[in-house]
Amino acid sequence: MSKRSIIPGFRLSIGISVFYLSILVLIPLSIIFIKSFELSLAQFWDTIINPRVLASYRISFVTAFCAAIINTVFGLIVAWVLVRYQFPGKKIIDALVDIPFALPTAVAGIALTALYAKNGWIGSLLEPLGIKVAYSPLGIIVALTFIGIPFVVRTVQPVIEDLEKEMEEAAVMLGAYRLRTFLRVVLPTLYPALLTGFTLAFARGIGEYGSVVFISGNMPLVTEISPLLIMTKLEQYDYAGATAIAAVMLIVSFLLLLLINLLQWSMNRRMTANS
Amino acid sequence: MAGVVRYHATTKKQTREKHIDESLVVRWTLISIAVLFITIMIILPLTVVMTEALKKGASVYFAAIAHEDAMSALRLTLITAFIAVPLNTVFGVLVAWAISKFKFRRKQLLLTLIDLPFAVSPVIAGLVFVLMFGAQSYLGPWLSEHDIKIIFAVPGIIIATLFITVPFVAREIIPLMQQQGITEEEAAVSLGAKGFQVFWRVTLPNIKWGLLYGIILCNARAMGEFGAVSVVSGHIRGRTNTLPLHVEILYNEYQFSAAFAIASLLMVLAIITLIVKAIVEWREEVQNIHL
Repeated sequence: MSKRSIIPGFRLSIGISVFYLSILVLIPLSIIFIKSFELSLAQFWDTIINPRVLASYRISFVTAFCAAIINTVFGLIVAWVLVRYQFPGKKIIDALVDIPFALPTAVAGIALTALYAKNGWIGSLLEPLGIKVAYSPLGIIVALTFIGIPFVVRTVQPVIEDLEKEMEEAAVMLGAYRLRTFLRVVLPTLYPALLTGFTLAFARGIGEYGSVVFISGNMPLVTEISPLLIMTKLEQYDYAGATAIAAVMLIVSFLLLLLINLLQWSMNRRMTANS
Repeated sequence: MAGVVRYHATTKKQTREKHIDESLVVRWTLISIAVLFITIMIILPLTVVMTEALKKGASVYFAAIAHEDAMSALRLTLITAFIAVPLNTVFGVLVAWAISKFKFRRKQLLLTLIDLPFAVSPVIAGLVFVLMFGAQSYLGPWLSEHDIKIIFAVPGIIIATLFITVPFVAREIIPLMQQQGITEEEAAVSLGAKGFQVFWRVTLPNIKWGLLYGIILCNARAMGEFGAVSVVSGHIRGRTNTLPLHVEILYNEYQFSAAFAIASLLMVLAIITLIVKAIVEWREEVQNIHL
């Protein structure tokens, strides 16, 4: 540690990096908290416990949670299939998983709305069943599911690739059936990756704006998400209100980020301990 | 080397032992579920963009793209990416250099800081810059006195995009550079290589494909960012409209074909990004086999 490295450029690179991050990320984000402290506690509290604000938090969290659950289940299946099986079109499916990373959210929003609206390809099939997706909370879940697809798949995939078949074989030798082997031997090793993927998808879902505003219909108390409410407050020049809502969301995001980091840290430790 | 050997072993057809693999029924059920999920969630939305865009014929499609407002939106989108991508690339390389080649305390904290823009809602990202540079901010009076417009103007769009795209290059190359360790750089230095030479001649050739993918991903996000840009832009047609914002305006005016036409441009950008990713992964595989 104390021995200085002979590789050049430490001071320069760390100096510029920290400066850049401070100016662009740290100082701007701290403004939210500075501004919230300017509000009196009563002011802050009144903004937060407003029924419309509370409803928006509830909608944002519940829909993001549902979408993250859906992504955990299907993400595990997609990742498993992509690693373990051979089938035609596998490479294309694998590449398509990254589309939600690369596709602008506004494009995803209008495309999903067109699909799930009453006269859309999928919406028209669901209409006779009495299921309304677009302009309902269900639509928000669909949009957030789309946005979150890569997170679970891409965190679980490498872990499945690294699984040692010997462990599964040993379980079989000891007389376990395939499902039992999967549930008792394979799945537990995937838990940290699944939880990380879930948390990433959940965190992303809470903050998502672009894809949701088109499909949700934006009705207060029903389909109005928190980021949209911040937007509305800003348009009404209610900066204090917007800041208060944002501060609560930021704290939640930070806690989730902390959780992700802890998970990754324990995953890394486990992996280095194994090797 | 071990990875290569294992790769061949798993691709070879092995005689299936009882219970070690899933039965054919389970296997194909899982494959069907996965393919169906990706088809409904990803392939159908992509298809619908093209069909909606071409619904009213090719002439409407090209008219929407060639429209004056679309062209100015395209110009602003390109300018924004042209500024944001190089800056964040330089930052990404510098911070990756510090993190991967040196030991220091609080490294985890620095990594978390780089990830912050991922965790923050795009709308909040826009909001912080309104609070910083808007008319009601601390800097507001000074800025208006000197006639500098940041919010509801082009600089605000660029700053918000910079914030959103901070992590992309760094996140892509940090694991790559950590994996490569420092022995090659140390060897180069002891053989007399100086400063930047070490990076240019030794490190860069090893990370160039990962770096390329980071840049292209950063670019896709810079051109496609919606929420953050939407907050700071003010939606002034022909002046502070980027392509994604233009899509929204057209859509809200019920010009669906035009909105989807512009959306199809952005979709092509996303597909190009993924093709580059596929090439990069293929190159890495080739590189690994030669090692």
